[in-house]
Amino acid sequence: MSDHDHNHDHANSRPLTDVELRVKALEQVLTEKGLVDPSAVDALIETYETKVGPHNGAQVVARAWTDPEYKKRLLINGTEAIAELGYSGIQGEDMVVIENTSNIHNVLVCTLCSCYPWPTLGLPPVWYKSAPYRSRVVSQPREVLKEFGVELDENTEVRVWDSTAELRYMVLPERPQGTELLSENELASLVTRDSMIGVELLKKSESRGASE
Amino acid sequence: MNGAHDLGGMHGFGDVNPEQNEPVFHAEWEKRVLGLFVPVSAVGPFCVDEFRACIERMGATNYLSTSYYEHWLHAFETIAVEKGVVTKEELKAGKSFTPRGDSTPPVLAKDVPYISSHGSSARIDEVIAPKFKAGNLVMVNNNHPENHTRCPRYARDKLGSIEKDNGVFVFPDTAAHGQGDSPQHCYSVRFDAQELWGGGASEKDSVYIDLWDDYLTLA
Repeated sequence: MSDHDHNHDHANSRPLTDVELRVKALEQVLTEKGLVDPSAVDALIETYETKVGPHNGAQVVARAWTDPEYKKRLLINGTEAIAELGYSGIQGEDMVVIENTSNIHNVLVCTLCSCYPWPTLGLPPVWYKSAPYRSRVVSQPREVLKEFGVELDENTEVRVWDSTAELRYMVLPERPQGTELLSENELASLVTRDSMIGVELLKKSESRGASE
Repeated sequence: MNGAHDLGGMHGFGDVNPEQNEPVFHAEWEKRVLGLFVPVSAVGPFCVDEFRACIERMGATNYLSTSYYEHWLHAFETIAVEKGVVTKEELKAGKSFTPRGDSTPPVLAKDVPYISSHGSSARIDEVIAPKFKAGNLVMVNNNHPENHTRCPRYARDKLGSIEKDNGVFVFPDTAAHGQGDSPQHCYSVRFDAQELWGGGASEKDSVYIDLWDDYLTLA
């Protein structure tokens, strides 16, 4: 390994790890060859760190809760209905929205890699990409859901969606009781990432800013 | 391939342990790897199936002991070398020894909003007769290819029913290996949890898996 100055993390004054060196080398070589423009890399990072995230999916859910015609379109053609709100693109090219009801609970996984609907939910959390979740949620969904605090009645039907192809799924969670008077934006603030994966049931939460 | 990536139904990985208030990235290098996805896929060029196949070839022990973005890094390095874009020596040295071999312009920052909001669908606009229709009972073929496949091991030789025809898509098993798109229908197939996991599973529960024509036989 080289011990040049640029191979140190200046903020922490420690040597770079092997992985950090490999990433740096790859970007450097491709940049020197004129194949990568680092400002495009910066722009992609900014897109997925600040613009694309579960706040997008929350808007879709809130619209579906307040506009029955929109909900109908969303369940028939998820990609088009989500694009109506301006969300589309990488890892959301072919979207399918599935609805939770009082007796059907849906939950998403990708057992083979970590497929996830980026335009509406952002980049996947570590647990979603990790072996414990991917191995267990298909075979022991009720136990896994219990670990997330979701206790389901034994008569509730659990449907696990393993996204093995290029369809990307998103759960339309049930609208919590007692939210009839909330505006669309107030409703959106109740919707969490985990509820759109299917590992959380939404409750009306005063701490999230929704007012009585 | 029956690799370590094909995790559905395995035991022994422990509890899920979600991190509270998790940040989008856990290190600066993870950001660079994410941000390289689009530029690198344009210069390779490679498709998502080649990318996944490349990760699966990294070896079971290596796969399980490294993180998601390390898998990506491995795939970028491997594909860039295999496609002749860079050499191993260049990656080791962290500098280019020869000018690039082609004139492909790099992805620019101004292209990013368009690219990220359009993506690239694997759907193919071609009229191809479906082999099955909604309601058909199907058996998943009991194949164990050493190549890339998106038919998970836990579904093989199991009986399911066609829930919905999703339309015509690129077939990953061939596309991952430069053998063409082999366009065919991809279906949402419903399996009773008890068919997959035995009597210990709830009779109420089911698993939906997206499977292509070539994985299935009419039951």
